[in-house]
Amino acid sequence: MATTRILEGLGRFYIALLLGFLYLPIIIMAAMSFNASPFYQLPFEWTTDWYASLWQNDQLIAATWNSIEIAVITTLISTVLGSMASLALYRYDFRGKKVLQALLFPPIAIPWLITGTAMLIFFFGVGIGRGLIAILLGHVALALPYVIVVVSARLQTFAPELEEAARSLGANQWQVTMRVTLPWIMPGVIAGGLFAFAVSFDQFVVSYFLSTPGQTTLPVEIYAAIRKGFTPEINAVSTIIIVVSMALMLLTARFFKFGGEK
Amino acid sequence: MADQLAIGSRRGLKPALPLLLPAYLWLTVAIFLPLSAMVFFSFMTDLPLAGKEWSFTLGNYAAFFSQSLYSTLLFASLRLGLEVTLWCVVIGYPAAYVLAKVLKGRSREAIFLLVILPFWSNGLVRIFSWAMVLREGGILDTALNAVLPFKINIDLMYSYPAVIIGLVHSYVPYMVLTCYLTLQAIDNSLIEAGRSLGASRLQVLWRVIIPLSMPGLIAGAALIFVPVVGSFMEPRILGGRTGTFYGTVIEDQFVAVFNWPLGAALSFILLAVVLIILALAAPVLRRAG
Repeated sequence: MATTRILEGLGRFYIALLLGFLYLPIIIMAAMSFNASPFYQLPFEWTTDWYASLWQNDQLIAATWNSIEIAVITTLISTVLGSMASLALYRYDFRGKKVLQALLFPPIAIPWLITGTAMLIFFFGVGIGRGLIAILLGHVALALPYVIVVVSARLQTFAPELEEAARSLGANQWQVTMRVTLPWIMPGVIAGGLFAFAVSFDQFVVSYFLSTPGQTTLPVEIYAAIRKGFTPEINAVSTIIIVVSMALMLLTARFFKFGGEK
Repeated sequence: MADQLAIGSRRGLKPALPLLLPAYLWLTVAIFLPLSAMVFFSFMTDLPLAGKEWSFTLGNYAAFFSQSLYSTLLFASLRLGLEVTLWCVVIGYPAAYVLAKVLKGRSREAIFLLVILPFWSNGLVRIFSWAMVLREGGILDTALNAVLPFKINIDLMYSYPAVIIGLVHSYVPYMVLTCYLTLQAIDNSLIEAGRSLGASRLQVLWRVIIPLSMPGLIAGAALIFVPVVGSFMEPRILGGRTGTFYGTVIEDQFVAVFNWPLGAALSFILLAVVLIILALAAPVLRRAG
């Protein structure tokens, strides 16, 4: 089967090409953040000045803190509320359950441009206005469906007999949940939480429509900077973001297989 | 699935409510009410704020249908979505096939993770990284001129191809992911049976593998097409002056022109288009389970 081997070799080569396409721009961007020339000129000259100057950029630092704060709060709220909803959808059977499950998809499937502008209109109309509170409201709503889907997937592997057994041994509902169910679904809850953090930390479109000049997040600040013109400083902060979010996803992968391998 | 659930689950909405309410209330306040408000708003003449005069009107929708600019741009965005989706199929499907059927064990797991990892990193930053590659005097320009014996100028930045490249880069992992999941579920013995019955590799591909992986292709296509039609940041950064699409016009109504009712109407038209597309894809997706 020489043909098979040749085809397999070609396949491997193709995957290598695809990985090159996916990673080269990111690697080049990262490399340029260590290049001394402010106009991205070669030859390459090593420097960490651009990273150092990030520390002087108060606006960027404030936006970074906002991003982290919002991502942490989003993670906490959406993980707790999402896990609760997943449990209810798993345990109880009632009319309209299918509808509730279907309602999780609009936040994922509708383009963020539409969701973001709709939130802007509504929050303005009811007096919440723009700012960090509005951004937080939006981020939690975007993260919730991801948490519910991930935790529900984990619950599918849970044997309901375990709850029955604990109950027949005299445990009450709270004890059953905390001592039996929660420990079992913990990997799903952690993965859901990491998804929520990533959704919030990387979110640009919705934050963009809901932010004001003083109350903004890091991606929004970067977008504004890009539109003013490219600087190695943007490369530096972008490199930091990409390293953080990729590390976060690698961590998530430890807790949650993406459905590929069983 | 329903039968399996019934063993451990109990009837009744009442005990489930306290667990469900917080999450769904949040979704209502931050997603469903805003979407309804947007529809309501798209029929208004002005913002109902600070004592401004407003009344109901169909003018915002009339603007869409009377000025060819908006429908032209919507078609440009639909075309962009179609082109990006096609490129993602062409590039992503073979990769998904190699991952599912050629690579094995730990190397498959590692490479699969590497392919979908960028998808979960910041989209804005990844689009920006292409600016480094595509601009004149950028890496592509420098590298090609170093290799080629003649002088050429590669300046793809601020062009339609640049927008396509950036968007394909952003969304191709989606296609790899969905196709990989369906391809992996195809029993290898089906492929072997086809081969041993005398079908050529191409025949097996056309008659067995592609039909069986169709749900993955459709799911990937829907998941890519929909956000691309609504994209505005990618065309702005990589397209420059050529990057005016339906999404950028909606953005303008909200952040530059401040004609929110018109923006709401344009958004709602986009939502309707998106829902029609998702509805068309839904039966295939449901069959995939």
